[in-house]
Amino acid sequence: MSVGDYIRGSQIWKSIFRHPAPYDRRNRVVVMLTNFFLHLHPVSVKQQGIALSYTWCMGGITFFLFLVETITGVLLMFYYRPTLEWAYQDILALRDVTTLGIMREIHRWGAHAMVITVWLHMYRVFLTGSYKPPREFNWVVGVLLLVLTLLLSFTGYLLPWDQLAIWAITVGSNMARATPVLGHEGPGFQLLNLGGYDLITSGSDARFLLLGSRFVGEETLNRFYILHCVAIPLAAAGLIAIHFWRIRKDGGISQPL
Amino acid sequence: MQVDPFIDPHPNLTPAVLQGLGWLYLVLCAMNLWWTIRVYREDKHVMVPVLNIELPRATFWALYTSALMIVGFMHVSWTNEDYIDRFPLVLEPGGPFQTAIDFVVANPVTYFMISISGTIAVLWFRKFLVQPTVGWILLNAAVLFQALSMTDYDFRQIVGKPDNVPIVALLYLVGGFTWLYFYKAVENDRRLAEWDGEGPIPVLENDENEKVLVWPDLVYSELICMIAITTLLIVWGIVLEAPLEEPASSAKTPNPSKAPWYFLGLQEMLVYYDPWLAGVVFPTMILGGLMAIPYIDFNRIGNGYYVFRQRAFSIITFLVGFITLWVAMIVLGTFLRGPNWNIFGIYEYWDVHKLEALNNVMLSELFYLDWFGQFFDMPSYGNDDPMGKKVSMILLRELPGFAVIGIYFVALPPLLAITCLRTFYQRMGYLRFMVFTQLLLWMAALPLKMVLRWALNLKYLVNIPEYFFNI
Repeated sequence: MSVGDYIRGSQIWKSIFRHPAPYDRRNRVVVMLTNFFLHLHPVSVKQQGIALSYTWCMGGITFFLFLVETITGVLLMFYYRPTLEWAYQDILALRDVTTLGIMREIHRWGAHAMVITVWLHMYRVFLTGSYKPPREFNWVVGVLLLVLTLLLSFTGYLLPWDQLAIWAITVGSNMARATPVLGHEGPGFQLLNLGGYDLITSGSDARFLLLGSRFVGEETLNRFYILHCVAIPLAAAGLIAIHFWRIRKDGGISQPL
Repeated sequence: MQVDPFIDPHPNLTPAVLQGLGWLYLVLCAMNLWWTIRVYREDKHVMVPVLNIELPRATFWALYTSALMIVGFMHVSWTNEDYIDRFPLVLEPGGPFQTAIDFVVANPVTYFMISISGTIAVLWFRKFLVQPTVGWILLNAAVLFQALSMTDYDFRQIVGKPDNVPIVALLYLVGGFTWLYFYKAVENDRRLAEWDGEGPIPVLENDENEKVLVWPDLVYSELICMIAITTLLIVWGIVLEAPLEEPASSAKTPNPSKAPWYFLGLQEMLVYYDPWLAGVVFPTMILGGLMAIPYIDFNRIGNGYYVFRQRAFSIITFLVGFITLWVAMIVLGTFLRGPNWNIFGIYEYWDVHKLEALNNVMLSELFYLDWFGQFFDMPSYGNDDPMGKKVSMILLRELPGFAVIGIYFVALPPLLAITCLRTFYQRMGYLRFMVFTQLLLWMAALPLKMVLRWALNLKYLVNIPEYFFNI
């Protein structure tokens, strides 16, 4: 008996996988039904539905990049402190001295790649008309995921706390100052006033809500850190679950109707 | 050209650049070797006109591939710094090629005209472009253009920036996938035109479409894909260090200050619209419009396969939106916008002192001073005037602008419903049609404002700085 057969026959292995290895047709069906990770997929699909030149694989790559970002992001969190005193120093250390500091490179390039793959996924779904009934709502969920991807990338952009970071965020968040009614330089902000006192000032408008301050400062760093590492990933994970579940419920992978 | 930084701080060629380009040419050579073998296997011949002999088509590709190999090896072996200024394959700085390209791209008018007419040309000549040979030649032309341009110092400064590398990748990916789409759509169009309506729809996606088990067919390709992406990220991470500039300082404003690259389309919009529109209203409309697509596209056919003719209107709208108004704007914002948000050519030095004459006018000024100055006076008010007079004077002053916008958003939709979009109106119903036309008009609002700016120097249609309300 070979070592492989001994391991596959052991009680431990059987307790994990509950059935023989997927070498024959029956077990290839069973593996899809009993494995937690694989049960996202159906047991069988149409051949053309998974052809690379048809799907471009961009949705799958986006999800994989989300996982890569989560793993490298958690590793980076062990080394990074979101304070004015330490943020830049910790990134310097990641660059120069920390073992596996390349996690920062992978995290950053993965983030750029994710923005591109999300766009291309949307491009493919549009060009194949896959948003049409019954998948209308899943397209809407997809647009929300696109927004979250951009926000994840945007909030992460600030964390290195270098010139590139704060000025990109300053330029980006200056827009919020001009929000109609809710920004202190937006049209109609005078509408919200109480007895002649403006309720919307530079210290209480939409931009202040975003930055936690009148300018990009320590409060902003903290706010963006929490958004980047906790709030948006959680929201994205929830929407991804819905997105995947709806693919199955809305008739599976896109196909000629 | 000397490499010594004390003599020339902006060298066009360095040994490192030549090395990198050499590898690029060798990769291109390997790709063309594969292509040559492919063409050779097809076994097609062409008559050479003057010599009157018949040669396999692969001959010409073999010659080209050999030339690429020689060029590649020439780059990697040209390492002696004393001879680097005699390297033959370099774009002449300020030469006719650079001047011509910069003349075209360093001008928002020609840039936009090229991106929109390029989109139209792709749609019009799609049957020609989807031939594999044409696609391959275009890919080669793009790589050769980029490789030659990399011999220019200023081009490298902007395209070689670590954070801009994804945009170059995006261009190749969007180009490649758009080609792939048309390749399939043209074939499906042809098949559908010949279809008699019997049996299953005869699209490419229905050929050999048996059910297969997910394990192993899909699971294994996913695994291979994951490995490929992981490898790509690791190699990318090793080759290119993530950017880290000086520590943040709120006192030193960089010039230009740019948002992250994926928002540069919106930042470019700031040239034409105020922040409350470009930064708040337009993004909201874009996202709302995207979400609305499945509910306003009443066309039920064309689900699950690549096709053009059955869905021509929606495809054209999306291509214009995605390629002309989004990707091309990002390229403009990233590669061409320099200090003071001035526009620079791709081979041009980013001169902080470059001056561009700006004398923008308001529609109210055009109306009350230029066009009808002899009939009306510009409405005005004093600081001591009561609120009511101030507001009514402002409204009167901006009446022409409000009229234009009113006609555009209120009068145009019903007009479209009874004229050129009549069938749309009948099939969509009132509410759907109104949402659809509003979104379409918002999308057209950016190019229209561009045209007004270029033609009339118009800054605002409605200009009420008193209330931060400028359109």
